[in-house]
Amino acid sequence: MFRRRGRKPAGILVLVLMLSTLLAACGGGTSGGASGENKENGSAQQTEENTSTALTGTIEIDGSSTLHPLTEAVAEEFGAANPDVRIPIGTGGTGAGFKRFNNSEIAVSNASRPIKDSEAEEAKANGITYHEVLVAYDGLSVVVNPSNEFVDKLTVDELKKIYEPNSTVKTWADVREGWPAEEIKIYSPGTDHGTFDYFTEAINGEAQASRNDSQITFSADTNAVVQGVAGDKNSIGYFGFSFYEENQDKLKLVPIDNGTATVAPSMETIKDNSYAPLSRPLLLYVNDKELERPEVSAFMNFYLENAASLAGEVGFVPLQDDQYKAEKDKLAK
Amino acid sequence: MEQLNLGDSKGINRRRRSDQTLHIIFLACTSIGILALMALIVTIVTDGIFRLSPDLFTNYPSRIADKAGLKSPIVGTIYLLLLMAPLSFILGVGAAIFLEEYAGRSRWVRLIQLNISTLAGVPSIIYGILGLAIFVRGMNLGRSLLSGVLTMTLLVLPIIIVAAQEALRAVPKNRRDASYALGATKWQTVSSAVLPSAIPGIMTGVILALSRAIGETAPLIMIGALTYVAFLPENLLDSFTVMPIQIFNWISRPSEAFHELAASGIILLLIMLFIMNIIAVWIRNKYSKNI
Amino acid sequence: MNKTSPVAVNTKSMTFRRSKTRISDKIIPILLGLCALLSVFTTIGIVYTLLQESVIFFKEVPVWSFLTGTTWSPILPPKEFGVLPLLGGTLLITGIAILFAVPIGLACAIYLNEYAPARVRGVVKPVLEVLAGVPTIVYGYFALETVTPFLQKIFPNMGIFNALSAGIVVGIMVLPMISSLSEDAMRAVPKSLRHGAYALGATRFEVALKIVLPAALSGVVSSFVLAFSRAIGETMIVTVAAGATPQLTLNPLESIQTMTSYIVQVSMGDVPRGTIEYGTIFAVGLTLFVITFLLNILAQWVARRFREEY
Repeated sequence: MFRRRGRKPAGILVLVLMLSTLLAACGGGTSGGASGENKENGSAQQTEENTSTALTGTIEIDGSSTLHPLTEAVAEEFGAANPDVRIPIGTGGTGAGFKRFNNSEIAVSNASRPIKDSEAEEAKANGITYHEVLVAYDGLSVVVNPSNEFVDKLTVDELKKIYEPNSTVKTWADVREGWPAEEIKIYSPGTDHGTFDYFTEAINGEAQASRNDSQITFSADTNAVVQGVAGDKNSIGYFGFSFYEENQDKLKLVPIDNGTATVAPSMETIKDNSYAPLSRPLLLYVNDKELERPEVSAFMNFYLENAASLAGEVGFVPLQDDQYKAEKDKLAK
Repeated sequence: MEQLNLGDSKGINRRRRSDQTLHIIFLACTSIGILALMALIVTIVTDGIFRLSPDLFTNYPSRIADKAGLKSPIVGTIYLLLLMAPLSFILGVGAAIFLEEYAGRSRWVRLIQLNISTLAGVPSIIYGILGLAIFVRGMNLGRSLLSGVLTMTLLVLPIIIVAAQEALRAVPKNRRDASYALGATKWQTVSSAVLPSAIPGIMTGVILALSRAIGETAPLIMIGALTYVAFLPENLLDSFTVMPIQIFNWISRPSEAFHELAASGIILLLIMLFIMNIIAVWIRNKYSKNI
Repeated sequence: MNKTSPVAVNTKSMTFRRSKTRISDKIIPILLGLCALLSVFTTIGIVYTLLQESVIFFKEVPVWSFLTGTTWSPILPPKEFGVLPLLGGTLLITGIAILFAVPIGLACAIYLNEYAPARVRGVVKPVLEVLAGVPTIVYGYFALETVTPFLQKIFPNMGIFNALSAGIVVGIMVLPMISSLSEDAMRAVPKSLRHGAYALGATRFEVALKIVLPAALSGVVSSFVLAFSRAIGETMIVTVAAGATPQLTLNPLESIQTMTSYIVQVSMGDVPRGTIEYGTIFAVGLTLFVITFLLNILAQWVARRFREEY
């Protein structure tokens, strides 16, 4: 009995080794493809600074989930050109992004609204100076379910009726005479989102002022708003234009009547500012101390050089070329 | 409880019939579980099978569904496993040996025992909260691989301890007696006479516990495994992401293409679990004969 | 990992062995004891962190109003911190899950025990074990992509996020727990009891219902309680499929929010320390922990207390 036992642990050991080599092989197999990846980045422009030396380091980004697709796209292209720079991006929402930004936890904050006074003061109190960089425009899009036949447009007042604090709107009939008496299912991006701040300010007249009862669903994840509106017959929701662009087949866009004209968001109407009051700027805030690092400044410049071509791809409206140049000059100061 | 009403032949036939009907009902109920599993697998395979390609292993997550892969989540999951395995093995087996071989049957030991079995039933999200408060914030480890490993280790420990205890309990007492008779000390007995024959059972338990861990999502969301990680973690304090998190991220995107990607990620995850389970069963069968 | 060498007692000198012995037999138990104590520290850690942050939260919000308030609106004014909607949502999901899983799980256990041929049992048991090993995120996907569309055909007015679909899928998830634990409890009933009943002319169904089930009742009930606790703590299925509307409702077609999915929702963003939102995570977590902890204790107590002596 004792003699035979000696072999058993060895067998186990072999097995453990096999298991770990198997796992390592999986790992190895996956990392093996890394080098072959940056062959296909001919599309992205290279900035002058980063052709000479290889950049390394980590650029932590968090904040708006609206701006996330653009930042992710830029990070992806930048990462292809600079494989040694790591750019983890979170999507906690603009408010959460500023909180982390003010704790010096992140280098860049995605924002779908300008920084609030309270946030700016907090940054100052913590000794953080920063640059504000405008990267694109967005139009907040109001959407209903595609099977909704009756909603042809909504006025700003009607929107307010639906979304304002202590709203008495229960059914579509409460919004406009003649619409069916079906209970509205209202969706909204979560309260940590710049989208929510911007919408409530533009429509209800005060940021963060919103109805708050069992008829409205706040989702931390804007995608859940899309899924909710696409899945519920009597729903209404709003979010950044890019989310509409990506899911046009599941949603019906609602033109907004602002008293002077009835306009639906599109590249053109956002660009010429006729889609009011729901057009908004998309911004990056970068910590000055972090900006001194070569990889961060390279990334920011890369962002401004490529935002124009990538913005359209993710459903944002790019700035004019000279505006981008002006933003770059601002950064250099 | 009524008396069994036996004897009259009509009653017999009626009872036989009801027995038959119930047989069918019970069979139907049992089939529901199996049907559910079938439906689950069919759904996922039909959704995800054509997205399966080597690209999943070589591409990082991407905004473009056709270019998106699972490279960083797969590697993150494997790192998590490789780091958790030795840590949870040593701690879990150590605790089990103590409870089975060293501790008496005092009230304290019973309390520890009760505590472990209760911990096994604590919802995983509570471990996430613990990890958030202690590792991420308290120890300032941030949202790092290390935070993830420590949180997940605490999560699987109770399961591993219970499995290891059962394996130790299965070791016949005469092995211990023989060892003592040869003049071995307590530790020598435990390490050379008891452990070797318990190891297969322990390994099985550990692998099964780990396979549970790699499917866990909630605790890692709590400690903030991130949304977009297009690099591999290089040290313990790097950001990381794992497969279930990436799958969750893709499920919550509205576009069909990402749902298909999520399904293909699920297929990979299930294959991984399947392999781990096969290994566990193989160990059990190979070594269970000669104890 | 496992350095073991056969105890070659007779080849080592006595003195050497003794000195080694003394160290190993002093230190090793202590090390091992520490490993065992780690589980106690874990519990203390959980209770401590939950309490510490909750206490801060409860300074702002009285415990009583937290436990009895019927509106949960932690961020938007008017801020209300009544946990009942979250608790109600949790119980709604759990209720649906238990309604689904208990009859089926029990029928499954009875079938496997009393009716099934050995070959069938050999197939069914592993299949159910596979169900238990599926990560819950997979179930979440299943609920959203398969079960919800299917249910929408039956209830056209049902929203995409709803309690019913999530509840049923949570039921599927806890099903193996009930069936396998109940089956183990029934298997432990001595054969002689069964044979005695058969000898008296009982049918299989009567044996199952009047002999085996009462005898195995403690194990069966304890499996229900454990499944209940599991369903309460389930996170990903409800996060993916049940929506995020904290409301007190008994209508399973509505979207609700459970305690767990609220915690996930809040931590999807990064919650800064010291804010009231951060406090809510811990207050809700504490509520969840206390409930599941009590249920687990109850399950163990039931299993011990009502164990039949054969």
